[in-house]
Amino acid sequence: MYARITARALARAVPSKAVKATPALTTSAKAFSTSMLSMNTAPKKDRVKVNFPGALDSHFSQVLEIREKMEPIDTFRVMDTDGKLLDSSLEPDVTEDFAVKIYKDMLTLNAMDLILYEAQRQGRISFYMTNAGEEAYIGSAAALDPEDEIFGQYREAGTLLYRGFTLDQFMNQCYSNELDLGKGRQMPVHFGSKALHFQTISSPLATQLPQAAGAAYAIKRSGRKNCVMCYFGEGAASEGDFHAALNIASTTSAPVIFFCRNNGFAISTPANEQYKGDGIASRGVGYGMHTIRVDGNDVWAVYKATQEARKIAVELNRPVLIEAMTYRVGHHSTSDDSSAYRSKKEVEDWKRNDNPIVRMRKWLENKGWWDEAKETSHKSQQRTAVLKSFAAAEKRKKPAVSEMFNDVYDKLTPNLIEQKRELEELIKKYPEHYDTSNYAKEK
Amino acid sequence: HLHTTLRCQSTNSPPPPEGFLPGVANSAFIRGTHHDALRNPELAEFAEIVEGETKKMNTFQAINDAMRIVLAADDTACIFGEDVAFGGVFRCTMGLAEMFGRDRVFNTPLSEQGVAGFGIGMATMGSTAIAEIQFADYIFPAFDQLVNEAAKYRYRSGGEFNVGSLCIRTPCGAVGHGAHYHSQSPEAYFAHTPGLKIVIPRGPIQAKGLLLASIRDPNPVIFMEPKILYRAAVEMVPVGDYELPLGKAEILIPGKDLTVVGWGAQLYVLENAIQLAKKRMPGLSVELIDLRSILPWDVETICNSVNKTGRLLIAHEAPRTQGFAAEIASTVMERCFLRLEAPIQRLTSYDTPFPLIFEKFHVPDMMRCAEGIERVMKF
Repeated sequence: MYARITARALARAVPSKAVKATPALTTSAKAFSTSMLSMNTAPKKDRVKVNFPGALDSHFSQVLEIREKMEPIDTFRVMDTDGKLLDSSLEPDVTEDFAVKIYKDMLTLNAMDLILYEAQRQGRISFYMTNAGEEAYIGSAAALDPEDEIFGQYREAGTLLYRGFTLDQFMNQCYSNELDLGKGRQMPVHFGSKALHFQTISSPLATQLPQAAGAAYAIKRSGRKNCVMCYFGEGAASEGDFHAALNIASTTSAPVIFFCRNNGFAISTPANEQYKGDGIASRGVGYGMHTIRVDGNDVWAVYKATQEARKIAVELNRPVLIEAMTYRVGHHSTSDDSSAYRSKKEVEDWKRNDNPIVRMRKWLENKGWWDEAKETSHKSQQRTAVLKSFAAAEKRKKPAVSEMFNDVYDKLTPNLIEQKRELEELIKKYPEHYDTSNYAKEK
Repeated sequence: HLHTTLRCQSTNSPPPPEGFLPGVANSAFIRGTHHDALRNPELAEFAEIVEGETKKMNTFQAINDAMRIVLAADDTACIFGEDVAFGGVFRCTMGLAEMFGRDRVFNTPLSEQGVAGFGIGMATMGSTAIAEIQFADYIFPAFDQLVNEAAKYRYRSGGEFNVGSLCIRTPCGAVGHGAHYHSQSPEAYFAHTPGLKIVIPRGPIQAKGLLLASIRDPNPVIFMEPKILYRAAVEMVPVGDYELPLGKAEILIPGKDLTVVGWGAQLYVLENAIQLAKKRMPGLSVELIDLRSILPWDVETICNSVNKTGRLLIAHEAPRTQGFAAEIASTVMERCFLRLEAPIQRLTSYDTPFPLIFEKFHVPDMMRCAEGIERVMKF
């Protein structure tokens, strides 16, 4: 893989800045050239290897190479935007049930997003983030083992859905009610589930990356044949934690897949203000890591990439970086109105021209595994289920107020015992002001 | 008898990285004999210890011993950080990579945020993660991981996950020549973070027992090791497995006129200051308390003491404004207001970055502490 990149790079090297030859450097005047090729093309075996401890496989050269770019990494795709297979050899080796489940989950995710977004707009929940335009990442969840540990950022609820998190569980978290696994402590979309091996989401970006590396190391030491799947966006990839994580995952040979959803925006900041290199994928090789770039709107490309990455991670105990190129159709969150920084037309064009749900549906229809009738029936079933779940979640009580003091530590510490008592007295003294009727009764 | 603490070396050899504190060897708190060491009432519950052997160990050897015990018993336990594989810049991990393998005691790249994050990841999967930050002065890149992630991991997940098996170890404190970036005591920054525990030992026996307790405590603990004590403090340390309690202060000298609270190396300075003060004020009876745990801290022991004595003095190496003494003073004021006979004294470094050539003027040394004792007694 490395040789191939180098050979192609050699063939189409981008011209480098010429360095002026000085009179003193007469013998190497030839080396300073303004020609296209400023790399040393002499065969490696004729050149002297660099022995410094910091050198990996470098060789000495009389050519002053100022490299501006590497060859951009291609984006792997299985289907075109009409869901047609681009190459018959890429036919996914899957059953109808398997493929249809992915598609149904994409639809369910979409339906849930629409309803919860509206709920926030109506003041019923405080906050929400949709997955619009990126639903194909569910293909990556489908390539994992159920016990592969997932560390997400915040726009991967579809992976949790794929694993079996129920609509009730999603709604309960968004409503912060007493059945929320998180016990009402965090904003909506900060899901987590130990049973489904999905680490609870936190708001700080990229913090999950070095954690994913450590978790993968622990898995490797345990002997389990599992990996860690770590999701993040292209914006988060600018954080120091990204660099720390990829580096340490490489040096410790941790079986972790770093999956970057490059959706073109970090809130309002477009990708060309986020980085100047060849996306996020170009950084992987720099950290000594296997790297894949895929069409993030193509379920089967994402699925295949994750499958291959998982093999590398689990069988070779090496980390892998996947960059999935996609487009964030929705706003960053309910606190954002993206028309402030991009045209509605741009968004509509993307929805129409490259829609992950449509591409998958067309592929299924071509296989004879889906049709209009199934679509209508599933959508109406889903809508009913989502609304039912939603209504139930809204009615449930919030967790008991005492839950505010639990889980700071494994047990209450003296200061917390005291503070809890202080609050109890305050609530007792001013019951109308501190109305706890919407909160579950204390046990 | 009077001791000096930091003494200038007039030889041609360079100052050792962990400093030079000869007074500690003569301290009454140092348990230099087998009998002395086992007299500790907190060890009484460990039958194996009471019947067992002790061995001469300095602080880094005691810390090494604690980690050896953990790795031998707990197959998931790993130690990692910068330079730990060869033994560590302060020798705390000597021999451990050889004993347990390079997959369990290993170097990480130079990235504190990476080390902390990696440790959190290991811990959430149930493995015991002992992460070393080479100097507490460099813990700040890890601040986000420690404060926003480790501290909140259990709470924010509703208890689905936790990183209780994470322990961060880091050398802290003045060393004679460390200046801005090899002398800091950052406990106050972390004390403001619910969900973390912070522990600071004063010597080998304490370090071993508190470290074993910290590693095993089901909450993330930051274990700050006063580096000047690595070599300077030598005791007969029980060779067996024992733990000392977190969240509990220890009364080193009982007394009735004044409560003095400190932690880490400062306790030896305070011991000397108390001796000097007693010379100046014959009959003075001072109760000296080692706080040991900064978070959660033992409010009950301190307040019981102040209710007995009516006067409080707190000393720490960290600068005055917003140093941890402020938290103690504020709490004691709330609870012991009517009992107090004098304003609470805080003896701390001045509010400057830790200077090199002015160190002896900067830190709350024996003279300044003795002055402080006199001031609070004569109010």
